[in-house]
Amino acid sequence: MSYLINLASIFAIYAILAISMNSITGYTGLVTLAHAAFYGIGAYTTALLLIHGGVNFFVAMLAGIFLAGVVALLIGSVMSKFRGDYYILGSIGFLYIINSIMKNWDSVTGGPLGVAGITRPALFGVSFAENLPFLLLCLTLLILVYWLAKWIVSTPFGRVLKAIREDEEAIAVFGYRTKHFKLLIFMIGCGMAALAGGLFAGYIRYIDPSTFTIVDSVFMLACIIVGGLANVRGAILGTAILVMIIEFSRLIGLPADVAAQLREVIYGVLLIVMMFWRPQGLIGEYKL
Amino acid sequence: MSALEIKNLHKNFGGVRAVDGLSFVLTPGKITGIIGPNGSGKSTLTNVLSGMAAIDSGVLIIGGEQITGLKSYEAIEFGITRTFQEVRLFEQITVLDNILVVLTERGVFKSLRSARGKMHEVRAQEILERIGLWDKRHQLARQLSYGQRKLLEIGRTLAIEADIYLFDEPFAGLAASMVKMLSEILIDLRAKGKVVVLIEHNMELIRSLADHIVVMDNGQLLAEGAPASVLSQHNVIQAYLGK
Repeated sequence: MSYLINLASIFAIYAILAISMNSITGYTGLVTLAHAAFYGIGAYTTALLLIHGGVNFFVAMLAGIFLAGVVALLIGSVMSKFRGDYYILGSIGFLYIINSIMKNWDSVTGGPLGVAGITRPALFGVSFAENLPFLLLCLTLLILVYWLAKWIVSTPFGRVLKAIREDEEAIAVFGYRTKHFKLLIFMIGCGMAALAGGLFAGYIRYIDPSTFTIVDSVFMLACIIVGGLANVRGAILGTAILVMIIEFSRLIGLPADVAAQLREVIYGVLLIVMMFWRPQGLIGEYKL
Repeated sequence: MSALEIKNLHKNFGGVRAVDGLSFVLTPGKITGIIGPNGSGKSTLTNVLSGMAAIDSGVLIIGGEQITGLKSYEAIEFGITRTFQEVRLFEQITVLDNILVVLTERGVFKSLRSARGKMHEVRAQEILERIGLWDKRHQLARQLSYGQRKLLEIGRTLAIEADIYLFDEPFAGLAASMVKMLSEILIDLRAKGKVVVLIEHNMELIRSLADHIVVMDNGQLLAEGAPASVLSQHNVIQAYLGK
């Protein structure tokens, strides 16, 4: 039972990440690999404020979302000038900068050793220290993020995002300052990723820079490409499939280091297969 | 309605003078046909007038306001809308959404609310019925035939009630029934006092629809005036028809 609760918790956290990336990549057509950086900003902000600032977990998590939003505003202002391949390359550059800060700013981030001793939260007398209440917290936040993402894409704003994805120049001629739309969805998506980061810090109780690398961004991309681009349920489906694959590689008894390498190979193979077979994903509504 | 005056307009690409000192006036309530051989600068002119290409020098005057620089998202503020020579729809969204999207509030935060959603849906229905695509409203734009795609692009411009319509070869590839429908749309716009610019290679259509013709060659104004007189000028026949 404990195993299933842990599995469901990690699934909920990854599903939030996939939904957040889908808002940017699936609906707006901006392929970003910077997402692990915002996931990391959320995780580190939550952990550091909790441990060194004595701040309540939820307040620390909100601070992580806010900081991710501010950083997304700064980075997004530059990135929203780019399109296509340039956008992807810019996002990779940004991810490397943030990951390098995590690794090298020892006095704050603990460097490669990371941050340990993260405690789980309590709110209004309800403790989330045990795994089951923490799972319920993760699922509640997943539902909120799901609802938020569904609402955003159902508004006229969501329609403009899709038009930007299809032909940015053409929609601009109709009076839309596309840069503003791209920037806002980037901030929202990055804020969601930071929320997942905060939850991850609370779930795992120890974070280090190795969790916030390009491999993690590719994992999120694989989730949305497998499940379906521009479909919120597709992001969840893709996450479920990828999480099961990870667990399967554990269950068949492979050594941990081999399993880790094998997972990366599987992500790569899945991406290639989906590009050939079904570029929009299993239940997606958009082809890259 | 405001006229659009073009004064000594220049647009270069590297060493190529795509628009070279062009001056003329587009009058409300008239269909102005712009003709010229391929590469004469017609589409570049459309791109400049819609803010998709920057003005190198010269000025546009709309409603008395002098414009020396225009961003694409500002064109609509001056009442300018356009179609493209190669159809540019939002392919992976529905036919209905292709119309609704241009009715959305322009401000990023305002667009998060759909306060006028019902009104926009009524407007979108009017437009789609006008161009005969209401029955296909739930299809993706990419699933339409070529002619239907062209009509949808035209419908998108009609949705926003502009003052100046720039149509870049809208008749190319249309079936006879669609040609008739589009001709009626242009005549309607003229009757409403809009500035209508029609870039077209089909001389029969130009003769039947245009009130005024501008002939471009090598980015310059070769001739302008009433169709019958311009199309009989020797230099126009030589440059455009190669006779």
